[in-house]
Amino acid sequence: MALDGSLERLRREGHIVVVGASLAGLRAAETLREEGFTGTLTMIGDEPYEPYDRPPLSKQVLLGLVPVDQTALPRRRAIDARWRLGVAATALDMAAKRVALADDTSVEYDRLLIATGVRSRPWPNELEAGLDGVFVLRTTDDAARLVHRLRAGPRRVLVIGAGFTGSEIASVCRERELPVTVAERGPAPLVGALGGVIGEVAAELQHQHGVDLRCGVMVTGLDGDGAGRLRRAHFSDGDTLDVEVAVVALGATRNTEWLAGSGLAAGPRGIACDAGCRAFDVRGIVCDDVFVAGDVARSPHPLFGYQFLSLEHWGNAVAQAEVAAHNMISPGERRRPHLWTPYFWSAQFGVNIKSVGVPNMADQILVSQGSLSEHRFTAAYGYQGRVIAAVTFDQAKWLEFYQRQIERAAPFPLPFTTVDRRTEGMRPVPAGFPDPSVPSHGPEVTVSGHSPTDQRVTFTPA
Amino acid sequence: MRVVVDLNRCQGYAQCAFLAPDVFAMHGEEALLYDAEPDDARRTDVLRAVAACPVRAITVEGAGGRWTADRVGASNGA
Repeated sequence: MALDGSLERLRREGHIVVVGASLAGLRAAETLREEGFTGTLTMIGDEPYEPYDRPPLSKQVLLGLVPVDQTALPRRRAIDARWRLGVAATALDMAAKRVALADDTSVEYDRLLIATGVRSRPWPNELEAGLDGVFVLRTTDDAARLVHRLRAGPRRVLVIGAGFTGSEIASVCRERELPVTVAERGPAPLVGALGGVIGEVAAELQHQHGVDLRCGVMVTGLDGDGAGRLRRAHFSDGDTLDVEVAVVALGATRNTEWLAGSGLAAGPRGIACDAGCRAFDVRGIVCDDVFVAGDVARSPHPLFGYQFLSLEHWGNAVAQAEVAAHNMISPGERRRPHLWTPYFWSAQFGVNIKSVGVPNMADQILVSQGSLSEHRFTAAYGYQGRVIAAVTFDQAKWLEFYQRQIERAAPFPLPFTTVDRRTEGMRPVPAGFPDPSVPSHGPEVTVSGHSPTDQRVTFTPA
Repeated sequence: MRVVVDLNRCQGYAQCAFLAPDVFAMHGEEALLYDAEPDDARRTDVLRAVAACPVRAITVEGAGGRWTADRVGASNGA
């Protein structure tokens, strides 16, 4: 099949600009070259570093097992790109096909890939956020600052928010034998992502490892001393606590502000795109030359009712980048949909937690293998009578089987016997997710309805 | 050299931790931690680990004829 002339020209001598030089941006660039794009490729990144891997930052890097600047991502191939690192994109002009940069230059494109990802949600009180001793953890610079402070042996660390990142940080603190308090507004750690049943297990793990876990409370204020150093935290239950370090782990916010006024359907929930990774404009029409991939994208998924999903997952960044890159240089009939089944992992308190599917859509849960009390189990999640997700604690080998059940919309509860089924696994129970209308830092999967231009979202901190 | 493990694929078989213990280590019974930029002296070990991984979760660059990173300019890379 012959490509039409303009696409052939694009592939040969066009200019593709990738905004966002992290995992998704890099894998997209590699795929473009792999699939024969020989034109000009420009990579724009706001951090002054070449693409690096973030998951190790809250694990081996924070533990001090690996130097903070040594998580650069391996390249799959040469990409022969023009790199513009340390310069953020500040505006998009879709009519002129031009991206403005923070150094007052601009770059014109024939096709654009937006992979600007997310950033840590900062502590909402700016004065308190600026205290010496208040940290977030998202970038390698964040990790460098925090690991330096943990090494100094603070008398107590406060982690604000018990989602995955907060829980992993608390786990590292205990491994470093640092006293740590975790404050979580919800009823249990990980409750937004995995629900109340599994949240109870996560709470048990924290207690067992000596974490001072405080659920159902908010941090209402942080005090500094005369020199601007963090000294004390105040809680919504009236308690106060002397702390030297506070890590704000209240989830992430999507890097879409630079697109304000661009005409793209971009907002706090991300940039809406179709299953082929083409961005929607505010009218709900897909753009032919602007594509989206990674944490900043939200796209409809047929397995989950065609709702728009935002996935802050490592695997999603890779898979979506590959699809976006392929589609950017392919004619319509050769384009592929991004149908990746959500997958993620977390390591905390010596346990390997993995998930497949979208747990927070579920209404029921069933411990189909192993036992919650042993902290080694597989739990299946059901939604309207079908399997929609599964989570394992130290039983990763079973997850692929459940992935297939999800993909074929197998009935829930599972109609067959499973290995190591216990009495607790005989009957489904409510999964125990908090009211989704209450904003949470918890879910790393956000289900945001069907509207490509849905921009209503407000966040109430802690 | 550079290493990344797709921990979605990883099922904790620990073959890598046996074959390249200076680079890969089990943390608890199933979680894997690894050095993403091990010393080139570990190349042979790491390549053995890559080959032995039952789920092919390990990607390496700068070893065994694979391409090495191109130069990255600080802000204006032509």
